[in-house]
Amino acid sequence: MSIAHSNAVNPLGHPENLPTNPAWKRGKGKRPSELLPDATLVKWLRDMYLIREFENRTAQAYQAAKIGGFCHLYIGQEAAAVGTIQSLEHDDPIVTAYRDHGHALARGMSVEACMAEMYGKITGCAKGKGGSMHMFDKPNWLFGGHGIVGAQTPLGTGLAFASRYEWEVMKRSVTGGPAKKKVSLAYLGDGALNQGALHEAMNLAGLWNIPVIYVVENNGYSMGTAIHRGTTMSEDLTKKADAYGILGAIIDGFDVIDCYDHFKPIVDWCRENQKPAFVDLKTYRYLGHSMSDPQKYRTKEEVEQFKGKDSIDRLASHLMTERKKADGSFVLSEQAFMQLQTDVKEEVRHGIELAEAAPVPDLSELYTDVLLNPMPNMSPMGEYTHGVKNPLL
Amino acid sequence: MPILWAMPRTEKQLQDGLTLVEAINEALAQEMTRDARVVCLGEDVGFNGGVFRVTDGLQKQFGKDRVIDTPLAESGIMGTAIGLAIGGMRPVPEIQFEGFLGPAHDQLVNHAARFRTRTRSAITVPLTVRVPWGGGIHAPELHSDSPEAIYTHLPGMKVVCPSTPTDAKGLLLAAIRDPDPVIFFEPKRVYRSYREQVPEGDYEIEIGKAKVIQEGTDLTVVTWGANVFQCLEALDALPEDISVELIDLRTINPMDKDAIINSVQKTGRCVVVQEAPKTAGMASEIATIVMEHCFLHLKCPVQRVCGFDTMMPYYKLELDYLPDAKRIAEAIEQTMAY
Ligand SMILES: Cc1ncc(C[n+]2csc(CCOP(=O)(O)OP(=O)(O)O)c2C)c(N)n1
Ligand SMILES: [Mg+2]
Repeated sequence: MSIAHSNAVNPLGHPENLPTNPAWKRGKGKRPSELLPDATLVKWLRDMYLIREFENRTAQAYQAAKIGGFCHLYIGQEAAAVGTIQSLEHDDPIVTAYRDHGHALARGMSVEACMAEMYGKITGCAKGKGGSMHMFDKPNWLFGGHGIVGAQTPLGTGLAFASRYEWEVMKRSVTGGPAKKKVSLAYLGDGALNQGALHEAMNLAGLWNIPVIYVVENNGYSMGTAIHRGTTMSEDLTKKADAYGILGAIIDGFDVIDCYDHFKPIVDWCRENQKPAFVDLKTYRYLGHSMSDPQKYRTKEEVEQFKGKDSIDRLASHLMTERKKADGSFVLSEQAFMQLQTDVKEEVRHGIELAEAAPVPDLSELYTDVLLNPMPNMSPMGEYTHGVKNPLL
Repeated sequence: MPILWAMPRTEKQLQDGLTLVEAINEALAQEMTRDARVVCLGEDVGFNGGVFRVTDGLQKQFGKDRVIDTPLAESGIMGTAIGLAIGGMRPVPEIQFEGFLGPAHDQLVNHAARFRTRTRSAITVPLTVRVPWGGGIHAPELHSDSPEAIYTHLPGMKVVCPSTPTDAKGLLLAAIRDPDPVIFFEPKRVYRSYREQVPEGDYEIEIGKAKVIQEGTDLTVVTWGANVFQCLEALDALPEDISVELIDLRTINPMDKDAIINSVQKTGRCVVVQEAPKTAGMASEIATIVMEHCFLHLKCPVQRVCGFDTMMPYYKLELDYLPDAKRIAEAIEQTMAY
């Protein structure tokens, strides 16, 4: 069977077997997170705390005018990136929009590379040429960081097409070694739901069984527009998936354990069956859309309500008061949590220090990295000459 | 009958004048008061007043049916605006940054630009697309570009790029009343950079007419948009004995060729300044026009001062990319010394 083969009829199979109804929810077996080593959950806590600390320091640096451009912070949404990325293999490709620091860090980008990028320094992940919205990390399978809302979603479809092509057609990986069954994630905001690109991408994925998961990081707002003011069927976004024959699910992306327990079965199913999915991941951003947003469109009470069930607090208290090790003691002691915070703070401080010390790209960098063989006249400076004067004049 | 301005000017505005943002806002308010067919639409243009607050207060004055918050959907916004226009309205969609014209591009060039020709002028598209344009505000690529040449190269759209509050108001009023699609590029760098006294009443500035900002006899500088101010700065720095004529094109398409030709025939020298990349931009076109019409008057080749043939860099290198007074002055002196 070829990949680009219409899958228009009965695409999903029997509802009993769908990962939206995983065994643990039917009372059979344990939740996926219960099967994980305790240390893994502590690592999640560390990842989320790292993002939070990083973003707090980013805000400070922005206010001190050390970061330019636009800056969209991830504070509040940490569980979404960590819960979904932890459900993947490391070499499953991901692509996201401009609110991308969290994904970059959760994927393993160093604090230095991420911060230096925003500082416009040569040690940044894109040589300091992209800034906040353009986090790329090829070794960690992060394909950006994209500024045009929604335009990244077909890229996710293409990344997933490539890995299915490796698996089924080439039967080997283009990076060497055997092919694997992979899943790609294409993150998008709720505002991006209204862009045509997403709908074309979803139709292709549904039509051809492309193993991509569209993860809507639904924080309820597209800049100042609340989701119900801009998007139809916002009370049940899975209807959008239905229209393309794609599996749809609504998941709490504010609680990392819940997120993982619901998302992991979907990833497994998409990988196994090489099919797409669409997830409405409910989350919330604590700060404004970008660093300059007076937030007239929402109330302080609303923000406080979400802060009251903060994902980091929740996981910390779960590990300190609920989840027990084999010996019966809690997984995380208060002291260990303090130590974790101290370590993360130090890691971030050190990364920022390196970013601060790094040099700005040389002026010659302006005309590198455009094409393999750029035209020699890219620089408008230093090259202009009027040529030879006509001797007859 | 006197026209009732929906919003009187504030004390500060009366005293110090208007910024470019306020001048555009006033033009919109006045035209919406005058003409019920005018509607503004775009992402967060209503309740929030737009990303640059250009439409601030308009939804309060004119209601949600006339200042419309849309979903995040440029293709839909542009296509709907074109539909409104051919349906008899005078839509003024806002695209938040020039980089987001991408999704709207298809609608603009394949529909808006072609209706008049396809229908042999039976149907035209009175559409005014407002787009914050250009660099200089520390924004990254997609938020700092200058795509005026693209929309000029593709026939069927007028392209306007004012540099001052007074020109912005008069050109916007003319654009909204124009029967054809106008892309109205607003130089972000000038948005709030200064105030000037702007006529309170109704006035139009003709689309397609350049402005001679300063008369001179030795050399012609042609520019538009925010670069007008870097050129003025460069002129200040030049030796007294160089007499430069500075032309602000104001409209990119249709271009005021006569203004350029007349000036260069007089001065015999020409420097063109643009923010956009050098290759195949408007400066190239202007150099060719000068070549075609002023060849025998030219004392030396035309010189271009432009951005690089690369993506707009992130802010640390932004000011190296954009033409500045130093580069412009150098080009002028080099041309004079030829
Ligand atoms: C095509 C396009 N149009 C408009 C914008 C400007 N813009 C940037 S982010 C944004 C809101 C997006 O909201 P959402 O998708 O919900 O993501 P969130 O910011 O909530 O993460 C808008 C309108 C853009 N970057 N690209
Ligand atoms: Mg959102």
